[in-house]
Amino acid sequence: MPVLDRRSLLAGAAATSLAACGDLAGFAKAWAQSAAWKPEPGASLALLRWKRFVPAEDEAFMRLVDAFTQATGVKMTITNESYDDIQPKASVAANTGQGPDMVWGLFSFPALFPDKCLPVEDVAEAVAKKYGPWFPSAEAYGKVKGKWIALPVAFNGGYLNYRISALKKAGFDAFPTDTAGFLELCRGLKKNNTPAGFALGHATGDGNTWCHWALWSHGGNLVDANEKIVINSPETAKALEYVKSLYETFVPGTVSWNDSSNNKAFLSGDLYLTNNGISIYAAAKKDNPQIAADMDHAVWPIGPVGKPTEFQLAFPILAYKYTKAPNACKAFMAFMMEAANYNPWLEAAQGYLAAPLANYPANPIWTNDPKNAVFAQAGQRSLAAGGLAPVSERIAAVLADFVVVDMFASHCTGREDVKGAIRNAERAAQRIFRNS
Amino acid sequence: MADTALTQPAPAAFASRSAWARLRASRGWSGFWFMLPTSLILGLFLAYPLLKGIWLSFTNARIGRDGQFIGLENYAWLWDDDVFWLAVFNTCLYTLVASVVKFAVGLYVALLLNKHIPFKSLVRSVVLIPFVVPTVLSAIAFWWIFDSQFSIISWSLRHLGVIDGNIDFLGDPNLARACVIFANIWRGVPFIAITLLAGLQTVSPSLYEAATIDGASNWQIFSRITLPLLTPIIAVVMTFSVLFTFTDFQLIWAMTRGGPVNATHLMATLSYQRGILSGTLGEGAAIATAMVPFLLVAIGISWFGLQRRAWQSGGTDR
Repeated sequence: MPVLDRRSLLAGAAATSLAACGDLAGFAKAWAQSAAWKPEPGASLALLRWKRFVPAEDEAFMRLVDAFTQATGVKMTITNESYDDIQPKASVAANTGQGPDMVWGLFSFPALFPDKCLPVEDVAEAVAKKYGPWFPSAEAYGKVKGKWIALPVAFNGGYLNYRISALKKAGFDAFPTDTAGFLELCRGLKKNNTPAGFALGHATGDGNTWCHWALWSHGGNLVDANEKIVINSPETAKALEYVKSLYETFVPGTVSWNDSSNNKAFLSGDLYLTNNGISIYAAAKKDNPQIAADMDHAVWPIGPVGKPTEFQLAFPILAYKYTKAPNACKAFMAFMMEAANYNPWLEAAQGYLAAPLANYPANPIWTNDPKNAVFAQAGQRSLAAGGLAPVSERIAAVLADFVVVDMFASHCTGREDVKGAIRNAERAAQRIFRNS
Repeated sequence: MADTALTQPAPAAFASRSAWARLRASRGWSGFWFMLPTSLILGLFLAYPLLKGIWLSFTNARIGRDGQFIGLENYAWLWDDDVFWLAVFNTCLYTLVASVVKFAVGLYVALLLNKHIPFKSLVRSVVLIPFVVPTVLSAIAFWWIFDSQFSIISWSLRHLGVIDGNIDFLGDPNLARACVIFANIWRGVPFIAITLLAGLQTVSPSLYEAATIDGASNWQIFSRITLPLLTPIIAVVMTFSVLFTFTDFQLIWAMTRGGPVNATHLMATLSYQRGILSGTLGEGAAIATAMVPFLLVAIGISWFGLQRRAWQSGGTDR
């Protein structure tokens, strides 16, 4: 546990002042002197991270890495992999005890092998003292069985992207805030030949997030807080019927969509409402200003349960127990989360990422463009991957196996009736949660 | 005489040689030493992973955690798993249809390429292109070709006035299966065509000349000379083709990820999804191990059905 004494407080204050002056290297040096985690002599770290959304984010991150290296002498090697490749590689590293010292990935992947993760209780608590508390969903991603095994660095907000003109033409002045209004909007869009579309294929991000929203918003859950399977419920049946009604209004082909399909369709003018991060807007601003001017974002409508039931992507970072430099790993994690480093990086991410802590200093990225503002709420409004259940390797398996997505897709395509779709999901859950 | 030789006392010079010298001189041991590196490589990279995989299938191993022996539990869950049986069905359908069509088209192409045509070498090189292109690249190309919004086929048909809306190639289960099978055929035909072409070129022209003088028709020449003489190479090429098709992964993963609603999941992709992405190594290993009997049957049909012909040993087929 880090001990805060007068000397470290003074050094910390000096570091913050330097950062405020925009001197990242100076801040880093001052921070390193006062940091509770002193990297091992001669330590070097290898970090495997998710592939950038935008070059600016990557550049800002590398500046942060360079400053850390200059201040601590810890050499860092950064490698990038696409979303879907991070989890298998992290799993193999955990299994073999060899590979990168740290992995920064998606969703609940640390929960796949909690025993292999370096405990980061001290870092999480120190960061929370300064900028906290952690949002409940962030805490759920970072902890397994009450122990911090990873640091939930950020959330990627996936919200509703819509064309303003199509919304108005469908008879809405503002985006509907409840599920009934949302269905009416989709019907109106379909009628005007400006359809909506949401991925029902094996889309790790887009498919899982919106299908879980649909299930949770109606009060359905795959498992309860004790991991008891509760998917076979009237609430799930209602969610299935609701999604089928939505599906009837969709642009054709959503059953085969992956994570990039809706981006392409929206930007080509074939799609007028979908769920996505800010990437569609960012791409439109760059290449298609007409669409950018005519689009906006909205939070997910609230369903019969009466509260937000969003499911946003989390980006936790973990260090392995096998690392030869555990202190260096912890120092880097703490360094990343310092507002002086974190805020410029978050700003460079142009709205793709949102903070996981309640009291982070306000970031101009949310106020510079009113269309970005929605995405700031991702950490606050999101539920964690398990819904009622704690994040665990089993929940990670539910997402990787597309249990909920396939339940909705099989019903929407007519392959299964409500009972059959629920039975299949229940059976998959029994397989995954057996012996739990 | 052999007994006499064995009962003879060893020459004094031989008996006095060291064990190392005898080991070096022994033909039996020479064979052993020559085989040892290969055996080690095969054992390390083939037998060990296979046996380890089979062992894992009897455990509840998860990624990052050693499992405990649970007997046939993984198999019992698979036995009652609709998605697994759908993957088995898809794999068999995929292998059967793709292999048969690849063989038919490949043989036809090989026969064409065996004739004297202009720019023969160039044409033969061009035919190999689908096989040379990395699988993932060709799969991504097909993914675009069959995209639900941007398919060039849908676009062309719409502009020709044949259809009103886009064809949902990868969203309809049967169409999606047809699309991935088509992509596999496109990719696999050159391998079969070029290998069969090599076989065709070993057939002596004098046989064709004799048949022509005897007044044999083209079909008779093909069925009585070409096909029988090609049979051994067909057995080899189809065994490889069935193996590659049955264990295909990249095409499916890049094009559909097993969707829509698992309609194109093959056993290999399901094994990867469950074993690596979901982290349930034991279950993934059970699916992979379940492929072995199917593979053995498929190889058996290709091998014994085509290779062991009595006529090849001078006898008559029954």
